[in-house]
Amino acid sequence: MMSDAISHAILPGIVVAFLLTQDLSSPLLVLAAGATGVLTVSLVELLGRTGLVARDAAIGLVFPALFSIGVVLIARYAGDVHLDTDAVLLGELAFAPFRRLTLLGVDLGPRSLYLMGAILFLQIALLLLFYKELKLATFDPAFAAAIGLAPAALHYGLMATVSVTVVGAFDAVGSVLVVALMVAPPAAAHFFVRRLSAFLALSAAFGIATAVVGYALARALDASIAGSMAVSAGAIFSLAFLLAPERGLVAAWLRRRSQRWEFAQETLAIHLLQHRGLPEEQEECRVAHLEQHLGWSAERAAEVVRRAENRGLVRREADLLSLSEAGVALGKERLST
Amino acid sequence: MTTTQPENAIEIADLTVAYRERPVLWDVDLVVPRGILMAVVGPNGAGKTTLIKAIMQLVRPAAGQVLILGRPIRAQRRIVAYVPQRGSVDWDFPTTVLDVVTMGRYGRLGWFRSPGRSERDAALETLRKVGMEELRDRQISQLSGGQQQRVFLARALVQDAEVYLMDEPFQGVDALTERAIVELLRELRARGKTVVVVHHDLQTVPEYFDWVTLLNVRRIASGPVAEVWTERNLRLAYGGRMAILAHELAPAPQLRASPAPDER
Amino acid sequence: MRLLESLLFDYTLRTIALGSLVLGAVSGVLGSFAVLRRQSLLGDTVSHAALPGIVLAFMLGGSKAPLALMLGAATAGWVGTLLLLAVVRHSRLKEDSALALLLSVFFGLGLMLLTFLQRRPDSSQAGLDRFLFGQAAGLLASDVIALAAVGALVLVLVLALWKSFKLVTFDPGFAASIGMRVRALELAITWLMVLAIVLGLQTVGVVLMSSMLIAPAVAARQWTDRLGRMVGLAALFGALAGVGGALLSSAVEKLPAGPTIVLGASAIALFSVLLAPHRGLLWRRLRARRLEVES
Repeated sequence: MMSDAISHAILPGIVVAFLLTQDLSSPLLVLAAGATGVLTVSLVELLGRTGLVARDAAIGLVFPALFSIGVVLIARYAGDVHLDTDAVLLGELAFAPFRRLTLLGVDLGPRSLYLMGAILFLQIALLLLFYKELKLATFDPAFAAAIGLAPAALHYGLMATVSVTVVGAFDAVGSVLVVALMVAPPAAAHFFVRRLSAFLALSAAFGIATAVVGYALARALDASIAGSMAVSAGAIFSLAFLLAPERGLVAAWLRRRSQRWEFAQETLAIHLLQHRGLPEEQEECRVAHLEQHLGWSAERAAEVVRRAENRGLVRREADLLSLSEAGVALGKERLST
Repeated sequence: MTTTQPENAIEIADLTVAYRERPVLWDVDLVVPRGILMAVVGPNGAGKTTLIKAIMQLVRPAAGQVLILGRPIRAQRRIVAYVPQRGSVDWDFPTTVLDVVTMGRYGRLGWFRSPGRSERDAALETLRKVGMEELRDRQISQLSGGQQQRVFLARALVQDAEVYLMDEPFQGVDALTERAIVELLRELRARGKTVVVVHHDLQTVPEYFDWVTLLNVRRIASGPVAEVWTERNLRLAYGGRMAILAHELAPAPQLRASPAPDER
Repeated sequence: MRLLESLLFDYTLRTIALGSLVLGAVSGVLGSFAVLRRQSLLGDTVSHAALPGIVLAFMLGGSKAPLALMLGAATAGWVGTLLLLAVVRHSRLKEDSALALLLSVFFGLGLMLLTFLQRRPDSSQAGLDRFLFGQAAGLLASDVIALAAVGALVLVLVLALWKSFKLVTFDPGFAASIGMRVRALELAITWLMVLAIVLGLQTVGVVLMSSMLIAPAVAARQWTDRLGRMVGLAALFGALAGVGGALLSSAVEKLPAGPTIVLGASAIALFSVLLAPHRGLLWRRLRARRLEVES
């Protein structure tokens, strides 16, 4: 949620920088955005540290206020220039190719391409440089601090990078949808991999896929590119959420369904084991008893017993159940873990 | 010891609780007679809190049955009082000591009735009993750990229940408060109430309680302290994690279980 | 004074002021519960998620009748909330990330539909995008009546279920132990919140509505240690910010209503955090100094 907060909150920084330079392509805008991002994070931390405001409320307090300042500034002083509130919020990727970078009168291509390219390069460089520090600080900040890694500084650095990225993306997708691009790909990737390096690579791949699919969708519908990209980001996440092997919803559901019977059989085995050879055995180890004491329905109890019999875990004489050797072994094994 | 009446306070049969198919309690059978003061002990992750919550039906068991004074909890909520762990709530919540204690009466008020004079009076009287009367208008974050625990205890007392289930009431409490709480628990027992306490400090078990249940996912042992509090049972419950082995049952100051590394 | 005069006699202005007042008060009441339940950011997700609902309602219904659009918004907001719970429950995503994810994806969907609509030649949908930043000036008498009806409903429910809402917010475990229907009560609180957000969309807009829930509640918390007073104060602060912001924005040219209202509410919150007696930062600093002097 911090990325959402930042993407909104850096607006006044950008507007002020724009009002000072009157130039939307000034590099000062990027710097101002980075600074405002760090300011946002500091404000949230500051509010949180007073103990008067819970952290989530602090986030929810700071970013709308800053964003409002930005919107009011635009409406008052920059309403009829190139910066308008809709564009800030929604982005206009379609115009990106028309804003070109020219050097000594030579057209070098779209400006956004260079800007985002530079940001990408910066990020990769930072990532490679601080890979293990970031890894440790994310995983265990207390330990990182203990060995002198200054996780707070890393945190602010990371948030500044986020701000810079957001301002780069502003042009393209606007402040709300950049959040989709930042959150959805990693959220989708985490269903598939455990290792951090693989996670980062897969996130990047999903990010690229999101952009390509989103653009195609926008062309097909003749609709907002930014909106379409967010939708494709959501679609990729949903697919991962539902269908990822092992951790996806469907896989988990199937596994749980089979585990439920497995678990019920184990419960039965342990139940029989606990009462084996004790005086109450005659009473406790009857099928009818399972309904009463385990709280199982008659059908469920019958099905569990049938499955356990088939697997050779229990033997049944009339109504009385007893464990086979395999059943005893299973019960003991499960109890000891 | 008070005489045990024919009915049992709590009867648990074959209780199995699992979080996402991972068992936390395995086939626990437990009978708690009426009018006893019982400790539930076991290593971290042994399912002590889960046991309490399952009795209250705050978690759904995968199998098993719980009866309170012979009837399912649904019909008995009025006569069971629950003291959650102190850390489970936000103490910065805008409310006062008296207000929290009054909450103990909400169960009797139904959906729409607001607490009135009689609820307030009952809460005040209970606060007097736990020695917190002067603090009744304090906001609850301005209390010490021991005072917060007393507030929770008072909230349970004002319910005027038959069975009390308490999750670590001695957690983060000063020695003086601990004494006071023990006195209150004994008074409850003297009035024929049944008290079940999740407890961490092994050393004080024989002194404070007359009955004990050792738990480690399954029930290791349960019964009068004199019979059940043995080296063998402790070893069974704690495995190799007992800090001491030779003189564990003597009241030695360092008799504590070291926390288990794997919290379930 | 001119403002006061026109407030009394100008029908439009009175409508706007009344509508913003009710909205601010309702948001303040429900926001108090949201903040205390640590659900401050849920409001932001719900309000963004409402956008596709509004657009879809317009596409299907073909009219801009407020009621139809509100219905669409409420449905989408509710769907968004349920999806959020599902994602948090069935994945290892932190709630925080899930909130941001749903917020941006739903908003993107709304935007895609909106632009898709706008490029249809026959469309007369202009004005749907005022939901982005809100437009207090566009409030009609019928809107105000709708607002007031919902406001009354909220008030009645909160008063009738007061002790249950309080206990479920403070200690849900204990509430369940005495047999309260915790799930139902939590759903009721969340549902009322969705309702309030949907109502606010027209005035404050999708982007900033969440702040109407949070800022008055945070401000009110600083002045009192009682839930009842906190909720009352939050309603008062919300109403103040609502009326003040709406009037200012209609009096001053080029001052959008949503951001103005939000800035008002944020200012009250900042003021309270700094200066409220007992809890405020200044107060604490003074007390610390006094203690130092004494010792």
